[in-house]
Amino acid sequence: MAVSSRRRVLPGFRLSLGFAWFYLGLIVLLPLSGLFLRTFTLTWAQFWETVTAPRALAAYQLTFGASFAAALVNVVFGLLVAWVLVRYRFPGRDLVEALVDLPFALPTAVAGLTLTTLFSANGWYGRYLEALGLEVAYTSVGVAVALTFIGLPFVVRTVQPVLEDIDADVEEAAATLGATPWQTFTRVLFPSILPALLSGFTLAFARALGEYGSVVFISGNMPLRTEIVPLLIITRLEQYDYAGATAIAVVMLAASFSLLLAVNLLHRWSHRRLEARPGH
Amino acid sequence: MEVRSWVPVLLLSLAACSKPGGGDASANSSAVTLLNVSYDPTRELFSDVNAAFSKHWEAKRGQKVTIKQSHGGSGKQARAVIDGLDADVVTLALAYDVDMLHDKAQLIPADWHTRLPDNSAPYTSTIVFVVRKGNPKGIKDWEDLVKEGVTVITPNPKTSGGARWNYLAAWGYALRKPGGSEATAQAFVEQLFRNVPVLDSGARGSTTTFAERGLGDVLIAWENEAFLLTQEVGKDRFEIVVPSVSILAEPPVTVVDKNVDKRGTRAAAEAYLQFLYSDEGQELAAKHHYRPRSQAVAAKHASRFPSVSLFTITDVFGGWKKAQAAHFDEGGVFDRIYVPRAR
Repeated sequence: MAVSSRRRVLPGFRLSLGFAWFYLGLIVLLPLSGLFLRTFTLTWAQFWETVTAPRALAAYQLTFGASFAAALVNVVFGLLVAWVLVRYRFPGRDLVEALVDLPFALPTAVAGLTLTTLFSANGWYGRYLEALGLEVAYTSVGVAVALTFIGLPFVVRTVQPVLEDIDADVEEAAATLGATPWQTFTRVLFPSILPALLSGFTLAFARALGEYGSVVFISGNMPLRTEIVPLLIITRLEQYDYAGATAIAVVMLAASFSLLLAVNLLHRWSHRRLEARPGH
Repeated sequence: MEVRSWVPVLLLSLAACSKPGGGDASANSSAVTLLNVSYDPTRELFSDVNAAFSKHWEAKRGQKVTIKQSHGGSGKQARAVIDGLDADVVTLALAYDVDMLHDKAQLIPADWHTRLPDNSAPYTSTIVFVVRKGNPKGIKDWEDLVKEGVTVITPNPKTSGGARWNYLAAWGYALRKPGGSEATAQAFVEQLFRNVPVLDSGARGSTTTFAERGLGDVLIAWENEAFLLTQEVGKDRFEIVVPSVSILAEPPVTVVDKNVDKRGTRAAAEAYLQFLYSDEGQELAAKHHYRPRSQAVAAKHASRFPSVSLFTITDVFGGWKKAQAAHFDEGGVFDRIYVPRAR
């Protein structure tokens, strides 16, 4: 805590911390604790049976797997998009900038319907993919496609400002010191953007875990094969089984929270490593 | 003392802000607003009904009535009312959702369905098939849906009220045919769902899958949706096939007692629902492809609604609650149909 006494910009650390806790409590913790309370109407055996049903297990696997895959794809291609946007000036660049944010703004149901139209067997992409023997719509691949779509802006928008901060001089300096382009990327650039990439990954991943609107259109919702966890929750609600719905939600919440916590720790570790490097 | 005196004032003003015209609406005032919470495919029907009823009520009582509509999945709409949406009347897809207004929130009495004629369902529909133009797979009856190589589109009965009718229609057909039993019915429905490649979460989703994505040979649909698809959306692309046997779909209506008594809108709300049974209301139902209850109106439209041997939920399943518990709740027949196919 010694650090904070010198770096303080806003007055009243205690007050602002207190307010931050209060705000988080009101907006995040209170509603979530309501969720937990609702599940307490179930006995432990009922809870366990609900959350370990074969359909639930299949849905966890699909939701976490597809979200992870989508976030990974976005890390690779999001970095590429961010790089292009930062390092090059080209006609239509503003258009690309706006396109990147579009998945944020588009209602997810519209995204889902559009993607399904494109990827179904008679769609623009689907008919060619089908010929190659690759089915996308109504499979788990389709789920990952929808999640990739909605997650893209998170990676681009977190990596972009960091890339902007890295001067082109740094690359030139690396080159004058005899580094190959590959070395420059892996040893100089990549470590600097790794924390931002991790943040982007986390955001895209977390967003994907909770996504419902776009996925239900493209997934086909087949039990044990293409049901995502949010759909199971809706299914329970349709049966007026509030406790069952919250039980699954609680598992989802706990798993998401542990994963996000783990990624945040990883993020801090990579950040510290960056800080510790000479020259920073 | 002071605090106590301004609390009601504050509450009243809040109430007045949140529902303009609603807070002071009573049978005697000059204007009244009703909220009709309904399910998806009734949007066009009720915009016509609302206009007609407004005219009727103003002529009869000299009171202006504005009816607001809310549409969505039937179960979702019922939950909204349970959670406090101030519906004066609900007009939903299945009695099970209306039952829950009693079971979960005591908003209506348990015997709500006896308050209006015909199980409180002023119009009906049934479950039919939509096939592609020319009926290339030669679909004629339920039996054709379980054939190898036929793909069937129907929504997920766990998330869609409409799909539950489809499922129960198939079950009822198999159960009632000669030699039918619970076991053969389950085998039939299981076989049928093997031919279903996609389970959309709602009925409109399935219609899109069938009509726009070109998936499937047969769409199982409500008759009114089938008419909409063949006559308005996809003219000359689809045909309706009416099976030999189907289920009588009775979308029920009721006044939400707690809400109308609180808001003082009971008289208008009850008249609104009774209007659905009037000749004018029945004509509008027929216009929007629902089967009228009135014999006279039905006779006028007999050519549009082919006669089918219809069974009811009560006949075959002993009511919605039993059907829901046996087939669609967790661990019910629908779940069992799917679980053995786990990889």
